[in-house]
Amino acid sequence: MFSIFQYSFIQNAFLAGSVVAVVGGFVGYFLITRGLTFAGHALSHIGFAGAAAALLIGIDPIFGMLAFTIIAGAGIGVFGKELREEDINIGIVMTLMLGLGALFIALYNGYAEQAYSILFGTILGISRTDVLITLIFGIATIVALTAIFRPLLFSSVDPEVAEARGVPVRALGIFFLILVAVAVSMSVEVVGVLLIFTLLVGPAAAAMRIVHNPLGAVATSIGLALAYTWLGIFLAATGSWPVTFYIATISFVVYLPVRLLTARR
Amino acid sequence: METNIVISLDGVTVELGDRTIFDAVSFDVQKGEFVAILGPNGAGKTTLFKLLLGLLKPTKGKVRVLGAVPHRGDGNIGYAPQHRVLETDLALRARDVVGFGLDGNKWGIGFGSRKRDELINAVLKEVDAYQFADAAVGHLSGGEQQRLLIAQALITDPKILLLDEPLSNLDINHAQEIITLLTNISKRREVTIMLVSHDINPLLPAANRVLYMAHGHSAMGAPDEVVTSATLSKLYDTKVEVIRSGGHVFVVGAEI
Repeated sequence: MFSIFQYSFIQNAFLAGSVVAVVGGFVGYFLITRGLTFAGHALSHIGFAGAAAALLIGIDPIFGMLAFTIIAGAGIGVFGKELREEDINIGIVMTLMLGLGALFIALYNGYAEQAYSILFGTILGISRTDVLITLIFGIATIVALTAIFRPLLFSSVDPEVAEARGVPVRALGIFFLILVAVAVSMSVEVVGVLLIFTLLVGPAAAAMRIVHNPLGAVATSIGLALAYTWLGIFLAATGSWPVTFYIATISFVVYLPVRLLTARR
Repeated sequence: METNIVISLDGVTVELGDRTIFDAVSFDVQKGEFVAILGPNGAGKTTLFKLLLGLLKPTKGKVRVLGAVPHRGDGNIGYAPQHRVLETDLALRARDVVGFGLDGNKWGIGFGSRKRDELINAVLKEVDAYQFADAAVGHLSGGEQQRLLIAQALITDPKILLLDEPLSNLDINHAQEIITLLTNISKRREVTIMLVSHDINPLLPAANRVLYMAHGHSAMGAPDEVVTSATLSKLYDTKVEVIRSGGHVFVVGAEI
């Protein structure tokens, strides 16, 4: 049963999946702390238009996704002062982008399979080049998040005091959304546009209910994301159901009891 | 005496848009003083803190903190803004919140050290919050959270504490506890405290002086001198009556 690891597409899937899991688990902690989970979800849908546009002009979808999500992420950061009240604006832009994505896919005239893989992920069909791209962006995101960890957390919890203490609160907020954009673009390869919550929010949400200190919560979140991804890929490779189904189900099965058992806290 | 002045405003005017928040305000605060700041909403109490923190420049006049122009990130000032309720779902312990005051502005992850832990423990003990050091902040009461915010402001061993409405959301007993705590800290550390409040009464035994702000102007002095019908009527430019009864002060005819 472990013979599956000799196939290069399985190795690729585990490599890319692991990088995406670490990034998703890490970013997710801050997404929840900053109350930006909807923005993360919306960015993935905006990325759909980018991926479709990239297909249309014949380049790797990841670049279209990165371009669209980074512009949108920076836009949310610059224009959204009270982000919690920006959800309607974000939602309307998001649906416009989904509409554009549908148009691009129709114009592309290609296989519906492409649209399907953007929506639901293509981890088992990922190329060595995509693994490399994922690795490069993944490491860059992890390094950047590590570098801004303390001031970002401080300004997420207590922006006024952080500003008084000299933390560049606003710039950090915009930079963080750009990192989210990169994380979202990467995660789409594994779980697709529609299931981004599964990797970006699911592990962090469960972790933050179990562990109450920042470093512990981040480590737990990354650990859970890795476990979901590995188990999902393994089950999909040995069975015949899609990876996305397994990861989403595992995420739910872990979160449900955690949420119920910690409900009264 | 000159060297004992820690805060001084000299003819400070602040205009935001077409609104004049401060109109030629001048006053000095001495080392170790406990100043209560009172006045209606929008009178510029928070603006004053922003001036002292270097987050805002005056349109006219001079602001000096410890003899220098205020600058952001000054560890000599501990600041606790108007109380915000820390959310339940944050994965943060009480000691993490206090730790922000120490090194939250530094880059990197910061894995902590024994020395850091000791500093945090010491300041938590000082504000009588050590017993819930490892509790999740979202589950602490308003008074407990307020102690943490004071500890966070204290941890850099500042010369000045700026506290914006630390007593709001607290019942009278808890407010009294916080004031006693602050009075002791002020004496022990010789730290100057400026505290914004909407009620003078719990502060009467503690405050050396009162800074009353209204309509761009201010009046400063001992509570008995400032909180009087004559001074407040002049400040508000309308008839205000101050009634003293049973050790309490009631201001009638104006929103304070």
